[in-house]
Amino acid sequence: MVTGDVKLIGSWASVFVMRARIALNLKSISYEFLQETYGTKSELLLKSNPVHKKMPVLIHADKPVCESNIIVQYIDEAWSSYGPSILPSQPYDRAIARFWAAYVDDKWFIALRSILTARGEEEKKAAIAEVEERTDHLEKAFIDCSNGKPFFNGDHIGYLDIALGSFLGWWRVVELDANHILLDETKTPSLFKWAERFCNDPAVKPLMPETTKLAEFARKLFPKPQA
Amino acid sequence: MANKEKDVKLLGFWASPFSRRVEMALKLKGVSYEYLEQDIVDKSALLLELNPVFKKVPVLVHNGKILAESHLILEYIDQTWKSNPILPQDPYEKAMARFWAKFVDEQVGPVCFKSVVKAEKGIEIAIEEAQELITFLEKELTGKDFFGGKTIGFLDLVAGSMIPFCLARSWEGMEIDMIPEEKFPELNRWIRNLNDIEVVSECIPHREKQIEHMMKVVERIKLA
Repeated sequence: MVTGDVKLIGSWASVFVMRARIALNLKSISYEFLQETYGTKSELLLKSNPVHKKMPVLIHADKPVCESNIIVQYIDEAWSSYGPSILPSQPYDRAIARFWAAYVDDKWFIALRSILTARGEEEKKAAIAEVEERTDHLEKAFIDCSNGKPFFNGDHIGYLDIALGSFLGWWRVVELDANHILLDETKTPSLFKWAERFCNDPAVKPLMPETTKLAEFARKLFPKPQA
Repeated sequence: MANKEKDVKLLGFWASPFSRRVEMALKLKGVSYEYLEQDIVDKSALLLELNPVFKKVPVLVHNGKILAESHLILEYIDQTWKSNPILPQDPYEKAMARFWAKFVDEQVGPVCFKSVVKAEKGIEIAIEEAQELITFLEKELTGKDFFGGKTIGFLDLVAGSMIPFCLARSWEGMEIDMIPEEKFPELNRWIRNLNDIEVVSECIPHREKQIEHMMKVVERIKLA
């Protein structure tokens, strides 16, 4: 096993970086974590991801792989005989997992983010309503995908669990910022319970950032306009 | 074992590169399917029922299983029908194909069309920014007949439905020489290679009709 050959460029606060780290943990792969400094981009990052200049970047045997969901799939395929499968085995189930992961990134995350960037109460209320509607879609997706099991992927966490679950730290930060519950035990009970199980998974627990630390970082990233 | 036509249905739109690429994949694999042309403005009850989340084409229905989002559909088709593989076997090559396909749809598409139409910083800068992105693809093609190597693959279907037929015809309609031969020799060679592939040429929309359609889209963007 070429464990010495794996590097990951990232940051402790990034959802997308966390996805890659959870996947590496699931496969028990040792890697060198290259923490980027906030506000700057390292030479290695710019060289390894000239197209987007963003993290995470996985470098395996000197070959860079970019884009968090693509990295997670790569980890699953390159180390297919290690640890549990991250993607489902059946083509249709894989397509469904990928579909909802794309929904998380293209629709749900955009709505969550717009709460932090909302200007004024009206915009914030509209953003909250959108997040609630989209979280409702994900509750139904969970019921369909999990089939009574603890995770979207079944008995173990998988691709879609990782795609959505990596947001849980920021999900809590946005709740605090909006002063509004966004993962409601009564409105989305399945997701609520899933969230706790996900955070307690051994592959996830050491990586989920502390809410206060993340909230402090969020204030740097999304400064509030001066009154 | 032949696939019965009614087992596979595709909801598509004739001018959509996203649904055309699915047709290319189905033809490449020799899969018979029933094609259901959709009105993307006045959306049918069927489309809204099958894709309530995005309300878009393409939608593939296979033995009652419903799939949306063209990249996922292509991967599903590749895993379900094994002849003429679309994705490479090697995990790294696969990751690269997925990466560039995402780049084509999320970056090249919008920057090379909508941003050029709007030309917020002026047409010259819009063209420069578009060509900057296309240059990445030019580099990926160096020394290859297709993105997939000797035969067409995932990225050829994605880029091949988007660039030569959808984008190029928009540029033609707007009278923009976006990918001149001297600047993009590899890309132009790839487009000529694609024209020789039956499953691609069978799935390209009629040229004048598509230019006319794209010009209507241009007008809508300008008015928005």
